Amino acid sequence: MKAAIALAILVLAPMGGTSQGYAAETPGAAAPAYAEVMALFAARTRGHVAFTETHELALLKTPVRSSGELVYVAPDRLEKHTLEPKPETLILDHGVLQAERGHHRYTIALADAPQVLPFIESVRATLAGDAAALERYFAVRFEGDAAHWRMLLTPRQAALAGSVSEIRMEGERAAISSVEIRERDGDRSLLSIGPELPP
Amino acid sequence: MTGGGKAGTLVWALGCLLAASIAARARYVTDISAFLPRAPSATQRLLVEQLREGPAARMIIAAIDGGSPQARARVSTAVSDALRAGGEFTLVSNGSPATLERDRRFLFEHRYVLSDAMAGEHFSSRGLHEAIGASIEALASPEGPLLKPLFRRDPTGELLHILDAGSRSAPHVEAGVWSSRDGTRALLLLQTRAAGSDTDALQRACGAVRSAFSQALLPLSPPERSTLHLLMSGPPVFAVTAREQIRHEALKLSLLSALLIALLLGSVYRSVPALVLGLIPVATGALAGIVAVALGFGAIHGITLGFGVTLIGESIDYSIYLFIQRSSDWRTTLWPTLRLGVLTSIAGFAALVPSSFPGLAQLGLYSIAGLICAALVTRYVLPAWLPGELAIRDLRPTGETLARVIDRLRRLRWLLVPIVLLATTSLYVHRGSLFSHELAALNPIPAADQALDQRLRAELGAPDVRYMVVVPAASRERALDAAAAVGTGLTGLVDAGVIGGFESPARYLPGLAVQQSRRGSIPAAALLAANLAQAVQGLPVDAQVLQPFLEDAEAARTGGPLGRAELQGTSFGALSDALLVKDGSGWSALLPISATDSGDLAASAVERIRTALSAGPQAASLLDLKGEADQLYAGYLRQAMQLSVAGFAIIVLLLLVALRSPGRVLRVLAPLVLAVITVAGILAGMGQQIGILHVVGMLLIVAVGSNYALFFDRKDAPSATALTLASLVVANLATVLAFGVLASSGVPVLADLGSTVAPGALLALVFSALLSRGTPAAMRRAA
Repeated sequence: MKAAIALAILVLAPMGGTSQGYAAETPGAAAPAYAEVMALFAARTRGHVAFTETHELALLKTPVRSSGELVYVAPDRLEKHTLEPKPETLILDHGVLQAERGHHRYTIALADAPQVLPFIESVRATLAGDAAALERYFAVRFEGDAAHWRMLLTPRQAALAGSVSEIRMEGERAAISSVEIRERDGDRSLLSIGPELPP
Repeated sequence: MTGGGKAGTLVWALGCLLAASIAARARYVTDISAFLPRAPSATQRLLVEQLREGPAARMIIAAIDGGSPQARARVSTAVSDALRAGGEFTLVSNGSPATLERDRRFLFEHRYVLSDAMAGEHFSSRGLHEAIGASIEALASPEGPLLKPLFRRDPTGELLHILDAGSRSAPHVEAGVWSSRDGTRALLLLQTRAAGSDTDALQRACGAVRSAFSQALLPLSPPERSTLHLLMSGPPVFAVTAREQIRHEALKLSLLSALLIALLLGSVYRSVPALVLGLIPVATGALAGIVAVALGFGAIHGITLGFGVTLIGESIDYSIYLFIQRSSDWRTTLWPTLRLGVLTSIAGFAALVPSSFPGLAQLGLYSIAGLICAALVTRYVLPAWLPGELAIRDLRPTGETLARVIDRLRRLRWLLVPIVLLATTSLYVHRGSLFSHELAALNPIPAADQALDQRLRAELGAPDVRYMVVVPAASRERALDAAAAVGTGLTGLVDAGVIGGFESPARYLPGLAVQQSRRGSIPAAALLAANLAQAVQGLPVDAQVLQPFLEDAEAARTGGPLGRAELQGTSFGALSDALLVKDGSGWSALLPISATDSGDLAASAVERIRTALSAGPQAASLLDLKGEADQLYAGYLRQAMQLSVAGFAIIVLLLLVALRSPGRVLRVLAPLVLAVITVAGILAGMGQQIGILHVVGMLLIVAVGSNYALFFDRKDAPSATALTLASLVVANLATVLAFGVLASSGVPVLADLGSTVAPGALLALVFSALLSRGTPAAMRRAA
């Protein structure tokens, strides 16, 4: 008997999704500080921080705010536990995203979901110090030094970019302090990361 | 030629003419239905119907293996396009956005009729407030980018709700098409337009896939082309393969065993006339068998002709006895023994005729007619044709050598004790797993093909369904309504984590009453607008932004009913057809259940489903497909055993009447029973589970082996004994050859029968010789 096929995948193809050509003119910064920061991240094995997030959507009058904790275990496990205003759990493990929100549970294989991938992979690859993975999807422009750096990530391939136009990340040494994701329709989200929490 | 001989020849010639004309007009079927039993109970009938005819019997999984993901995706898309244009298939899915677009559009357009949340207060101001609030949270989640484009038209998240209710397993996608998880294959799911029983049309459909594949390869570079392969699986592929195999095997096996037996007899007789004359009873018998089956069953299964190879092995024996033991008084000395042997063989085969398996029943009738005819031809026609001096090699010296060998062997008859002890020990050790309990044991599909099927199904996230709820109803509408009601109960079990999910035909095509009530839960335009204005109070969204929602809701409220036509071209059309079946008295909705993990449902989960079903007003029952199929098989195994015991009892009775001495009957049967025990022990020792065909084979060991045992029971003149021995050994070798050829067959049922009877027949002869009460001194004198 044919089980229902691929229902969940349907949601992965957005209605009338458009994509424009994207110039990927800036190759990964060759600055020594970039390599240094990546090496610092690569040396990290875990992290546990608090976050607050703000989504600004054109559809909504006021931003959606949430807060909670992030847990990272090198190299590819990332957990996002949203506590306020409603509990939500996201677990990324080996490229598979599992999410739970109220009764709604779903699983997304990142490789199958180009619309979701840039949101997740930008943070994961940076945390892992995985410059190769980062540069596979994004042109990286690095500014500043290891003590205080900024990165501008621009998706390389329109097809893989989904709706993301650019991602701005800031941090100090092997710690990300903020991630700002801008979408082509003008929507944006800002993830602010606090200092390391006690284990 | 004597007067009697002339009459015999005339009858034979006329009979052959008549038989040939019947055989030429007979209908031959080579599909796999010979393996599908007639089913007794209603659920089992449904099961067998599903296996033979149902939509599941029309599903093909095709895999494109090797090469790069891009090349596979290109070929996958080209094959899909070609097959969609071709018209052989009602469903062609390869996971490409184009395939999914139709499905997604269908779900989205009809979301207010398809969503089971559409009830009661869902679109009241309060209901809207909650649903829109939840959607806003989802917008900020990783799903957000996917949901954002839908929000203005579907702020209550009905599409997500419909998708949530469905199966959660989605095939992996690579380079835009369905792929195996390990990224080595692109996968396509196809459903043939032709019925599962129309093997010719299925063959055309399979051919269409292959030619679409080779066409799709053409634009690729030669090195790329050579790395890509097409794999196909599924019931239509199996039906076509099995038919080809049976056709091929029936011919191959018959030719091979005829050739081997001709070689054997040629080297024994050293006479071409003897060889040709010897084959006449066999050919006549085969013809008679075909006619009997054609008249008795209306059509002849190809597999029967495959089994019929056994007839060659057995019926050739008669002419062997006639030629080798030829003497003026053979009618009084040899014929009575031969006649009794034929009768015991017939008794054995007669036990197969009532079998529930068409293949076995036909084998029984075919063999009975064939053996009677071959024996009669040997007795009444052949002698008249023998030239005065049939110059076959004198086998007396061979016979005398054999007599000495056996004489020596008889001193080793104590060896029977350890042999039988070993066999019974082997049976005892394997007693727990002695009998095969799975219907799969009869599956004509080779194990490797079954393994490929399992793998492809798992990769596509479409595993074999083991449990399904069956909801019978008088009409299609009622079945859909009842399925919807049962679905409500099952949703509770999904939420409680008892089951992983379920499918229902009502999910994609709700009954009209359900559609009506869902439409009815949408307030009229003005009221809905007012509800929405109130609902967005306290939410960060303006009612104005959600204007498209009001328009869609009003369109749904006033829209026409959703029918099967709207599902055309989506994968839900095929799914809904598969889950809504018409049977004799009405309709049945099928709701396949999946476990929370990839395995089978736990016993406690099965219990809770049964409880939930019995609590509802619908006449729904949980069908365990595998359990039911295995139970069906167990029934047939039991039947095969009963038939075999009955056949054995008839043989015993026959011998008692003919021999008029319990002691002699015991002496005739003892070596045969020991041969059966030894063969069973060997099979068990080799890890072979004993199935229906093995059981039947054991009966045939007794039926065929009794011929040899009876000859050892004869009180012959010493010179005749030497010739008897020679003819027995030649006849036995012919039988072992025929069944040995059967054992080499790629069709499991044929191989099972052959691998049981071939060693069994040999052992029957050897054991009969060991246990015979010969007169060694007399033989030595003769030498």
